[in-house]
Amino acid sequence: MDDKTGHSAKSKGSRKSTSTRWNPEIVVFACNWCSYAGADTAGVSRVQHEPHFRMIRVMCSGRIQPAFVFHAFEKGADGVLVSGCHIGDCHYMFGNERALEQFEITKNVVRILGLEEGRLRLEWISAAEGARFAKVIDEFTKEVRKLGPSPYGAKNSSAAWGKKATA
Amino acid sequence: MPTTDLKKSTRSWACYDCGKCTATCPVARAGSDYSPRRHVLAANLGSPDDTALDGSLASCLTCSLCDKRCPVQVDYTNLVRRLREQTYHESAPTECPHGGALQSLMRMMAHGGTRQNRLEWLDGDLKTGPETGHVFYWTGCAMYYDAFFTKLGLKTIDGSRAAVRLMNYLGFTPVVSPEERCCGHDLLWNGDRENFERLARHNVKLVAESGAEMLVTSCAECLRTWRIDYRAFFDKAPPKVLHVTEFIALHRNEFKYKTNDARRVVYQDPCRLGRHLGIYDPPRDVLRAIPGLDLAEMRKAREGAICCAGGTWSNCDRFAKKIQVERLREARATGAEILATACPKCQIHFRCAMNDPNLGGDIAIEMRDVAQLVVDSLTNGHTAGM
Repeated sequence: MDDKTGHSAKSKGSRKSTSTRWNPEIVVFACNWCSYAGADTAGVSRVQHEPHFRMIRVMCSGRIQPAFVFHAFEKGADGVLVSGCHIGDCHYMFGNERALEQFEITKNVVRILGLEEGRLRLEWISAAEGARFAKVIDEFTKEVRKLGPSPYGAKNSSAAWGKKATA
Repeated sequence: MPTTDLKKSTRSWACYDCGKCTATCPVARAGSDYSPRRHVLAANLGSPDDTALDGSLASCLTCSLCDKRCPVQVDYTNLVRRLREQTYHESAPTECPHGGALQSLMRMMAHGGTRQNRLEWLDGDLKTGPETGHVFYWTGCAMYYDAFFTKLGLKTIDGSRAAVRLMNYLGFTPVVSPEERCCGHDLLWNGDRENFERLARHNVKLVAESGAEMLVTSCAECLRTWRIDYRAFFDKAPPKVLHVTEFIALHRNEFKYKTNDARRVVYQDPCRLGRHLGIYDPPRDVLRAIPGLDLAEMRKAREGAICCAGGTWSNCDRFAKKIQVERLREARATGAEILATACPKCQIHFRCAMNDPNLGGDIAIEMRDVAQLVVDSLTNGHTAGM
């Protein structure tokens, strides 16, 4: 929690880029059986992709309730990606259908809050789709980068902001 | 820790250990081992931390029923709030219902920085003013609740639609602002004073700049917050703060009602409106003014009303469910077709209880906001919808 020092200023200079362009902080929720394994596949296959995200593994995308996404935004995430198995492939039969229901609610509430739609995305990524994982991450990073820092970002907040956010 | 001040301001020092608070507490009566008396005694001993850390402080509904029964007027509700504030940063975070989603939204609103889409509910035929005007209609967070609790088929915003429609009917064009933020009631009662104050400063400034002399709201919690908790944030005289039922009650003779609206209605006193602010009669007067409407009363009504058991999103458990189910049974026992309320939270929590697949049929009852019933009964009124 307290490791969040800077938000935009922190240019974790990737070895290749010499530019000081702003890098977003993205939270990716990934299910254990498909999307997380898909990210693994991307890694094992050495597919290059944007590195500006933090991944949170959950057993099933059905677990990703609106509160998870709200907490991520509250703590200053610039974008949130929710991912799970393709419909029909869920390890728990219908978990991703639940994920879809919850995502719809999340999306509607986030829209009322006034956050840009592009900051929140749902993608189905299977364990075999390493290349697709990389593509989704690149696209999403690009989109969030275009939107700029989140209005709830750490830059604008006081020290005690959101200290007690997570239960 | 200024426990002397706490003891004085909440009168906990006066406690003589009679136990009426625990005997009357709806949570304790539902079978929980929660005990208000224990907290009062602990506060008197000067070690409120010990009791707070066991997590039971979050079990209080802050419904104030015990305050009304206390023979020596201990202000237990405020004691709990103060203890929650004191221990907010020290103790482990309480597990809020819905994963703390609603508190998270409130804190994001406290932070600000976005332009909320909170006016989408305003139908074309509703007349509302720009940023300035004499009357401010304070919407509250109904649109968030409706979007969040889709499973309950909620339309608490219909209460707001009805309220604005009635104001239009009477010739008022209220200000409804997109810059409104959550009133912070729940954060305050959860102990998060810091974020409450951010919200309070923003909202007070917003309403002060609108030049409104009167603020009307449909939410009992917003009303309490505006009337009591925001007082200290005003530089000049605060506007007159009215609940929509009070507002309608003032004008109830100016409406042209439909005849033969024979429905039996029972009214649920929201804890904030009733015991916190003493508003018992205006909603009843409004309902009685509707021709043909038969107003029934539950056995536990007015000062003795049982609340919806979820007011501040601080806890929800089997005891809360039991309180809700019993309350709905009581409402059904009056033979009423409609349970009228004057707070969106009552609707949310009772409708949630009705979702129980085992009990659904026994306790289901149609719920409406008082303002909706008035709109329904007007000659020129459009239907307020379900």
